[in-house]
Amino acid sequence: MAMPRPARPRPSMLGGLSHVALFIWALLIILPLLWTFLASFKNNTEIFGDALQLPGQLRLDAWGRAWDKAHVGQYMLNTVIVVFFSTLGTMLFGSMAAYVLARYQFFGNKVIYYLFVAGMAFPIFLALGPLFFVVLQLGLLNSHVGLILVYIAYSLPFTVFFLAAFFRTLPDAVAEAAAIDGASHTRTFFQIMLPMAKPGLISITIFNVLGQWNQYLLPLVLLTDDKDKWVITQGIADISTIAGYEADWPSLFAALCMAIIPVMIVYIIFQRQIQSGLGAGTLK
Amino acid sequence: MQRLRKYGFVAGFLAVPVALYSVFVISPYIQAFQISLTDWNGYKSRLHYVGFDNFTRLFGDEVFWRALRNHGILLLVLPLVTVVIALFFAFLLNLGGGSRGAGMKGIWGSKFYRVVFFFPQVLAVAVVGVLFKAVYRPDESGVINGALIKLGFDPVGWLIEPNLALWAILAVMIWQAVGFYVVLFSAGMAAIPKDYFEAAALDGAGRVRLFFSITLPLLRDTIQVGWVYLGIAAFDGFALILVLAGDKGEPDGATTVLPVEIWKTAFTYSKVGYASAMGVVLFFLTVTFAVLTLRTTRRERIEL
Repeated sequence: MAMPRPARPRPSMLGGLSHVALFIWALLIILPLLWTFLASFKNNTEIFGDALQLPGQLRLDAWGRAWDKAHVGQYMLNTVIVVFFSTLGTMLFGSMAAYVLARYQFFGNKVIYYLFVAGMAFPIFLALGPLFFVVLQLGLLNSHVGLILVYIAYSLPFTVFFLAAFFRTLPDAVAEAAAIDGASHTRTFFQIMLPMAKPGLISITIFNVLGQWNQYLLPLVLLTDDKDKWVITQGIADISTIAGYEADWPSLFAALCMAIIPVMIVYIIFQRQIQSGLGAGTLK
Repeated sequence: MQRLRKYGFVAGFLAVPVALYSVFVISPYIQAFQISLTDWNGYKSRLHYVGFDNFTRLFGDEVFWRALRNHGILLLVLPLVTVVIALFFAFLLNLGGGSRGAGMKGIWGSKFYRVVFFFPQVLAVAVVGVLFKAVYRPDESGVINGALIKLGFDPVGWLIEPNLALWAILAVMIWQAVGFYVVLFSAGMAAIPKDYFEAAALDGAGRVRLFFSITLPLLRDTIQVGWVYLGIAAFDGFALILVLAGDKGEPDGATTVLPVEIWKTAFTYSKVGYASAMGVVLFFLTVTFAVLTLRTTRRERIEL
């Protein structure tokens, strides 16, 4: 038994210091974002002046310009369309594949499963070149359909991996009972197993929405030419270049905010699921 | 009949996902290996095999070695710094509140910090890149230099100085990655039984001692997984470099990494064969890195 220390003064000092450390890191994250937000209300002179200055007045015109002229609205709409269908497809096909791989014994099961899982470790840029030509030959270059299919394909490894682990934990008794009652395999899947897997499905859906919303490389390669079809990440990178010679920096910052805010809202609503989803995937 | 129905069902459910995956994922990777043995430029309809020429040329290519060196720096520094910072914060958030009352407590406001720290992780690389391009601006209009000038220092050309640019980009990667690993390590720490800490605290161990003697050894597996992930993230970090430094690895190739070279060689110079050879080298580097990390850090698992 050790001696109890008299009125330990050190921990409170340490406690104070750790608060300072945490607070500084939080500032490092919040300040650049806040600064971007404020910069969207500045004019060019203010942006090129002192960076730590507040905007002189609340100017909203940059937001309008970013939306119309820089086509942020269009890019946003494109992204919503692409991400909606690709996430839907990923979840449908991913859960179908994960379900049969997790719960049915058949020849080749292990091979197919590991082929999917191995995809998580492949470095994506190795495939970019050939992928371009595959999509070109299928006549899907510069089309949303092509991008959606590619998104689905590249989201499958993690989705299958995660959901297969989830389906394995579901009790056998329910599926057996359904089979005795005469439900077909397909019906068992859609009406019994899928609803039971809901928590897992929600986590992985959010994960896919975020991942596909933020994807930059694949659209850069697959949607190069047709500017009307661009997604938001391409738009942001492009506005950043244009801002250089059109000297419209406020609308760049406004466009950045428009890209950040929806993600922030989704994040704040679902942050618990997002954190647990990402964490669980890594720990397995 | 029953069996037939089962196989029909399995085949029906697998057909579309497997087809999509084979066409868009598996086949490009296989082709990349094949193309790396040719001098294909992306236009010719027939492949002309040149054996291992691309690889031999690669070893005499100065740019390749520079890219490789930068890659080495990323691979070493990114995981090291991120893991250390994340461990520190995770410990403070989970156990920093001391051992008053029943069990260890997190620090006050830990929930808020966790939410904030994680947020950069959900931002698109393109957005983060453009944002930090503004933060790093070389005159007083950049946030950092604005503050430096206010404090009486000279402004620093974060992305312009060849010796500095790679580190500035690295800092952004760390900025974005830390939160994820704080959450990851927090989950690991939550799984450590509370009585361990209580017993040690009763014996008079301080928080520093608790960290090194209990948390760190018991968190080994999680840290190892995090390390591998960060190593792979370092390989993938190139989208950020593409946005922040452009495809020439500005300034003057100082920030170039292999993926940037691959990108440029394939899509700007149309030397697809040569680019694929680089990709193949990188592929084996990634695999070697992952295997080595797992091998060297493997140890007897501590049963909880």
